[in-house]
Amino acid sequence: MTASIATSQTILVVGGGISGMTAALEAAECGKQVILVERNATLGGRTALLYRYFPKMCHPTCGMEINLRRIKANRNVRVMTMTEVLDVKGLRGDYTVKLKLSPRYVNSNCTACGECAKAVDAEIDNPYEYNLAKTRAAYLPHNMAYPMHYVLDPSIIGTQDADKAKAACKYDAIELDMQEEVVEIKAGAIVWATGWKPYDAAKIQPYGYDRFANVITSVEFERLANPHGPTGGKLLRPSDGKEAKNIAFIQCAGSRDENHLRHCSRICCMASLKQTHYVREAYGDSAKSTIYYIDIRVIDRLEDFYLQVQQDPTVGFIKSKVAKIVEDKESNLVLHGVDTEGYHRYATTHDLVVLAVGMEPETNGIKLPDDILLDSSGFIEGSNLPAGIEGIYGAGAASSPLDVNRSVQSATAAALRAIQVVHKTSTVEGVR
Amino acid sequence: MAEMKTAAYICSGCGLGDKLDVPQLAKIAQKEGKMALVREHDFLCNAEGVQMIRDDIEKEAVTHICIAACSRRAKTEAFNFPTVAMTRANLREGVIWVVSEGGDHDEVRQEMADDYVRMGCAELKKAKMPEGNPNHTHLKNLMVVGGGISGMTAAFEAAETGYEVILVEKQAQLGGWADKLWKRVPFKAPYAEPQDTGVAELAAKVSSHPLIKVYLNTTVAETSGAPGRFAIKLAQESGAITEVSAGAIVQATGFTTYDINKLPELGGGLENVVDHAGLEVLAKAANGGAIKRADGREIKSVVFLQCAGQRDDTGRHLPYCSGHCCATSIKQAMYFKDANPEVNTVVVYDDLRVPGMGEDFYRSAQHKGVIFAKGNASKVETAGNGCRVNYRDLILDADSILEADLVVLATGQVPSSGVNVVEWDKLTKEADGGSVEAKQQKSELKNISILNLTYRQGPDVPKLKYGFADSHFICFPYETQRTGIYTAGPVRRPMDILQATEDATGAALKAIQAAENASLGRAAHPRAGDLSYPIVRLEGCTQCKRCTVECPFGAIDEDEKRFPVFNEQRCRRCGTCMGACPVRVISFENYSVDTVGNQIKSIEIPDEFSEKPRILVLACENDAYPALDMAGLSRIVYSAFVRIIPVRCLGSVNTIWITDALNSGYDGVMMMGCKKGDEYQCHFVKGSELAGYRMSKIGDTLTGMGLEPERVSTFEVAITDNAKVAGFINDYVAQLVEMGPSPMKGFN
Repeated sequence: MTASIATSQTILVVGGGISGMTAALEAAECGKQVILVERNATLGGRTALLYRYFPKMCHPTCGMEINLRRIKANRNVRVMTMTEVLDVKGLRGDYTVKLKLSPRYVNSNCTACGECAKAVDAEIDNPYEYNLAKTRAAYLPHNMAYPMHYVLDPSIIGTQDADKAKAACKYDAIELDMQEEVVEIKAGAIVWATGWKPYDAAKIQPYGYDRFANVITSVEFERLANPHGPTGGKLLRPSDGKEAKNIAFIQCAGSRDENHLRHCSRICCMASLKQTHYVREAYGDSAKSTIYYIDIRVIDRLEDFYLQVQQDPTVGFIKSKVAKIVEDKESNLVLHGVDTEGYHRYATTHDLVVLAVGMEPETNGIKLPDDILLDSSGFIEGSNLPAGIEGIYGAGAASSPLDVNRSVQSATAAALRAIQVVHKTSTVEGVR
Repeated sequence: MAEMKTAAYICSGCGLGDKLDVPQLAKIAQKEGKMALVREHDFLCNAEGVQMIRDDIEKEAVTHICIAACSRRAKTEAFNFPTVAMTRANLREGVIWVVSEGGDHDEVRQEMADDYVRMGCAELKKAKMPEGNPNHTHLKNLMVVGGGISGMTAAFEAAETGYEVILVEKQAQLGGWADKLWKRVPFKAPYAEPQDTGVAELAAKVSSHPLIKVYLNTTVAETSGAPGRFAIKLAQESGAITEVSAGAIVQATGFTTYDINKLPELGGGLENVVDHAGLEVLAKAANGGAIKRADGREIKSVVFLQCAGQRDDTGRHLPYCSGHCCATSIKQAMYFKDANPEVNTVVVYDDLRVPGMGEDFYRSAQHKGVIFAKGNASKVETAGNGCRVNYRDLILDADSILEADLVVLATGQVPSSGVNVVEWDKLTKEADGGSVEAKQQKSELKNISILNLTYRQGPDVPKLKYGFADSHFICFPYETQRTGIYTAGPVRRPMDILQATEDATGAALKAIQAAENASLGRAAHPRAGDLSYPIVRLEGCTQCKRCTVECPFGAIDEDEKRFPVFNEQRCRRCGTCMGACPVRVISFENYSVDTVGNQIKSIEIPDEFSEKPRILVLACENDAYPALDMAGLSRIVYSAFVRIIPVRCLGSVNTIWITDALNSGYDGVMMMGCKKGDEYQCHFVKGSELAGYRMSKIGDTLTGMGLEPERVSTFEVAITDNAKVAGFINDYVAQLVEMGPSPMKGFN
């Protein structure tokens, strides 16, 4: 890794999820030089962990395949995984960015043959399964991983397992002495596309996410529904592995709540409606989904998706913010609250509860450049600098709680703003 | 051009050497594949292996290489030789990772690998390195149609990037819908108060920008050409026609509001019932003071009815939600509260939809005393000096009444998207058949057209659901079906100003990108950067028009003799035309009837007594082929009797491949493509559908050959179906085994 290729003409994109990949590709396909940095071992971000998209019920990996093919075919994009931004200095047109490269312990000789994983005994929680499953400590993040290289978990470095992995590799791909590196690069403009994370459901005390095994989050439910996920696509309760057939979806879990996230996370209504399709896909008429909601926010032409779910006799809707959840002896969950349509109290039992957790910007907890302006929820609203001298742009879910379609739109717009900066810089420098 | 020199490289890494007889593969490449140079390597993708190939290209003048190693999706960074034609024989994901071991398996596995090497060499001999479409032009300016917020934003952002823009607006001034607003919904923290629209400032910046030329009172009379060379006739109000040209187009033609008179039950047409637009007029007139009705009376109470004529499931009104109306009503309620907190403002809603930071705006309204009532209005009538609203209060579960000086109906956005090209296509067929009426209807339709494209497939961008000229794809919101023309703002999807601004900025990028790509002779999304392009041998053409009709992107026109006219810059390189052509005169340099046909014919077909059927699999390269690859990655076993060829799209499959395969003794053909129907997943729109249709037509041919129709079968395969796809293969092989060998075997 050398820093020499980057210049003030380079656009740096931070975050390799769908927004970052899009921003990088759209700029690169306009002929710009782009460096795309991603903290994790693979591109794809959270969308790669979704089972299906609403409203088409198609698979995120289909679009990812196209985007990866675009990246493979484009020499203007340089991808750096396991890389975090430590520090940004400078101004529009001339940023110096300090990057931290964490060791993968596997170099690009890796052919993804998988022999190292077979050799290693230690297992770790699989972050690409939201820790619902274990994986060997030498692993490929997922089938669509890019780069298609294994990773050694740092916990086995210095153990026999690491030596076994190295011995199993015929291609000199494992480098156990790989060290963390800090490099500096130059960039003319920066697109900040660090995305979102699910709100910590344990903080919503009355819902007992940290106490009740069968209260899970919507992102975890995506993994359960996925045939490549921890349950092979079966909707099984964590407590006893039984099929969950009476599932409650609780909307606004953390969102629209001044004690938690003050914003509406936009995607959760559609996500839960979509997930009722998973229940139907798994069980047909023999299971039931119930959505507890305040308002069903399916914006614009997605309305027909809502209508379609409303017509499904296995799906019920209750206008209510659930007050609390109590677990019974069979680890079922009793939801308490008031149905505000008619003001009826209820205490309804379900065998699995899915919390439609809100989107918290990943910007929280990351050191950001000083000139990034955040709104009250931590989304990137713009720049502290006056218009015309800013050079860092938020994109996708880092800038607002957005669904994939709108994130891509936002990332495409951010890419143009970044191109404007490098164009103007080069015009001033007389390069163009 | 340099003389063709072929080379094959056979890797024995990743277990290939242990499980396959690599020297035999090398022999096949040399003897049968007729490769000039054949090399084995035990780790082809490492620096040394790659250097070996580079040296051959430089020193041995190798121009064509076949890499027999892993899947074409793997190790692309290593196997990146941009100056030569390349094929990949997939021995790893396609053979050793998916075929059982031991016993008879070793033999069939080797046969499978042998065939893939034969196929890789056969394809290579027919492939050329694509050199880019030579017919490119260099126009890089944009035309933006529509001078509202979306259009002005697209124009301004493109100009700020250094591109010249022609901005066309049919009205006498810029500003569009937003110019009619008193204030806009806030787009910045603290999201508490209505904000200035900023329209005047933006219009001023646009009008004075040195790279933007604004045409007011102007419409588009004709658009011909293609990305990089659009030729446009602009019609001015005076009747004058101005001819301009552009590299790409952004269509930001916005929306009209749903006609309030279609809602008589909600008081549409009554004196004291207005829509959002009507209220903006009153608010502008009040200029921050007390808002008065048309009759001059100060409004002391107002009721907003959400979803008026929207979210309608009766089929009478708009079925969709327009997205912006909840926030717009909140904003308008604030107009009243800010001028006089005593005004009684009630918003009657079903679901209050203010996503994101809109929630803060909603809170702010509640703090200001705006009342929100969950309910459904059934009737609005005149009562006294105002209106009476009858509604069902959904919280109290009771019928209720509200009286107000004014009722505001939150009606929806109707896209200004021009002609429905599906309807156009129907009329074209009828008109071609001699219908005078259809001809007449066509010329009437032309009056509402926006772009007046001279394309054979109709004068406007195809519409999707509800008339919006949207993309069908979640990951690619700008994937329109007319290359180099991008829609932005509410013509694409119902949206508010903030989203329209973002959307227009993105569309400007896509338009710039399309013009840049066209100038380099390259394809646009989804095969971005592809330098191959359709080449047609017109002397063989029978003017059957299938290519011009079936092209999903309207790339092919017809000349006066009904020969196809290819506009390569409009082409997305899917190959649908190639699949459609009955006389096989259309090809791409690296993807043609021959590159695939030669592969099909290259394999060794065991005789009918061998009990080794051969099944050809034509797999969509975007979904089915990766699913098969990932089956390999997960070591899911499937039959070694299949021979898989990736295709750009099932739409590109020419039936000659099927009949050739069956004629040469294959026992069956599996075609694997994306989901079809309303929620189609094909990025080339109708590839799977066309393939299904074409296959339904070859039944007779099969019967004529004495073959069962089941010997050709199509399958829908999603990219996640790696386990399922193996099941499809195994079941189909079992079915064919049951059926017995193809009677065509042994005739060759």
